[in-house]
Amino acid sequence: MTTQEAVPATETLTFVAAVNRALDEALATDPAVVLWGEDIADGQGGGVFKTTAGLSSKYGDARVRSTPISESAIVGAAIGAALAGMRPVVEIMMMNFIAVAMDQITNHAAKQRYMSGGQRGVPLTIRTVAGANGGFGAQHSDMLEAWFAHTPGLKVVVPSTPHDAKGLLLSCIFDDDPCIFMESASLLYGAPAGPVPAAGERIPLGRANVVRSGSDVSVVTYGRPVHRALAVAERLAGEGIDVEVVDLRTISPLDVTTILESVARTKRAVIVHEAVGRFGVGAEVAAVLAEDLYGELLAPVRRVTGGFAPIPYAQNLESAVLPGEADIEDAVRKAVH
Amino acid sequence: MAEIDSGTAVAIYEKMALIRAADERFRSSIIAGTFTGIHYSPRGQEAIAAAVGMHLRPDDYLVTTYRGLHDQLAKGMPLRELWAEFLGKSTGTCKGKGGTMHITHPPSGVMLTTAIVGGGIPVAVGLALAAQAEGGDRVTVCNFGDGATNTGAFHEALNLASLWNLPVVFVCQNNTYAENTPFDKGTKASSVAARATSYGMRGETVDGNDPIATWQSAGEAIQRARQGEGPTLLEAVTFRFMGHFFGDPFVIPDQVMKEALVRDPYPRYRKRLVDDGRVTESELDAIDEQAKAAVEDAVRFALESPEPALDELYRGVYAEEVAS
Repeated sequence: MTTQEAVPATETLTFVAAVNRALDEALATDPAVVLWGEDIADGQGGGVFKTTAGLSSKYGDARVRSTPISESAIVGAAIGAALAGMRPVVEIMMMNFIAVAMDQITNHAAKQRYMSGGQRGVPLTIRTVAGANGGFGAQHSDMLEAWFAHTPGLKVVVPSTPHDAKGLLLSCIFDDDPCIFMESASLLYGAPAGPVPAAGERIPLGRANVVRSGSDVSVVTYGRPVHRALAVAERLAGEGIDVEVVDLRTISPLDVTTILESVARTKRAVIVHEAVGRFGVGAEVAAVLAEDLYGELLAPVRRVTGGFAPIPYAQNLESAVLPGEADIEDAVRKAVH
Repeated sequence: MAEIDSGTAVAIYEKMALIRAADERFRSSIIAGTFTGIHYSPRGQEAIAAAVGMHLRPDDYLVTTYRGLHDQLAKGMPLRELWAEFLGKSTGTCKGKGGTMHITHPPSGVMLTTAIVGGGIPVAVGLALAAQAEGGDRVTVCNFGDGATNTGAFHEALNLASLWNLPVVFVCQNNTYAENTPFDKGTKASSVAARATSYGMRGETVDGNDPIATWQSAGEAIQRARQGEGPTLLEAVTFRFMGHFFGDPFVIPDQVMKEALVRDPYPRYRKRLVDDGRVTESELDAIDEQAKAAVEDAVRFALESPEPALDELYRGVYAEEVAS
């Protein structure tokens, strides 16, 4: 699946294949692009999630390099290589493991451009699998985008479809600043296959996407809950409730313009994300709405988020802690009534 | 072991004199109240930086720490822009936004100065990997203290460097104190160099107060790295006379200080150069005066430079300006 050369514009790929295709295209485009991560080379299985399968065979073990389990050194070394002109793409297998590399990300990658007075930036992309996916428990299931969105200097991207995964990942890799690219554990193999951008096409960072137009209420979301919000919107359309769904795609920089444009029209907003609500992306979006649209809103802004607890193991508890379709539907009904 | 010629021996002294003059000026500014920032004095560690620096080209990479004045000067950083950065001026290497602990200057190869103990070591590994990938014989020198060798980043990074046979020399400037904790109260291993064995790496301990011995050991390590023979952990044992930071209330025990003063590299090296007939006392005095003049010139430049404009505040957070 990874070695085909011709990429028709209408090609349909799964999420995992779309990520693989973006990496393939980046490696083919620019010799400065290198991939490092635990077990990512074909000799070690082509990545635990197979997103890098075939790439070391095609580009060699030096450019697609399996590393020891040393997250701090992998990210730190990628920063050094980036300072020297490379474009490293690092895979941190699960987002929770990124905590091990936090000093490198927040103190070094995020700040070096600024601290050096703009002399050198860090064109680094960190890909990581995030979110609960049925029984992995508290240390393999977190969505930690707020940690990084709270750090000036970093960009944070959460795609919801194969199309966006390919187009946004390429933009991250060729961006001149450090990007955290989050691949939803459930979407990697659970999202419907879909068309991906043609070779050479990228989706710009920092721009949200109105994935469903509506006039009664805006659901602002990203990642896996985009699909749930769309399902709810379809259901409520039968009752005459016209739901707009805004997929943020990039968390930082936040596309405030699109959010405000949408909610200024619908005058009602529901924000949905899997990460815990307290101090999260939803709180930031709600604050933006309050600052700019106070007096125009017809209902309180509501958040539907993960509960403030570690992700539990038992399936019924995991389902309960995450925002489901019923939670989204309930919040939308409250907003419009 | 390579024999040092008199030109190089005196050049090392010149670097040491410049470092010492800069450090003294920095400290006198703090005492006079004309500088109010923080300074991590390299007093006592001049010989290591000066000796290592002799082997480096401008295109070699250097990583150092908040106690990095000596390393930066020995790598050839321009004194004026460095001082302007210390004073937070717009003419500083980092436009006044980095400061004493965050000096960067790629034209002279100073790629990173970090204020996080151990944090620069993995970054040095990446610089070395990039150099290896591009071919050529560029080396990376990574400086840190003995305290950094107890961080996880040190162990992860040295393992990677050895695994990938990278052209990097890890220079541990063991000044025997990690902040206020003496080496043997924080480390069970007998030496830092001994730890190299566990990474399958070459390790060596050298007297960091002996500029010529350090020049010889560093030369070998750097030469090996240039020739693709892999990394070295070079432990240069030294002492830090001015505490963790200048003005630090922590008192080094009298006996420890007394013994360290006997090994102070600066007066010892002066005497040795004269005794060996490489240079005269008055020539050394002239070098000292030249160093002081260069520092005064840099101080003047920095003082006369403007502060950064306020619109610099949000510039450089990203490559392209992003709304704050």
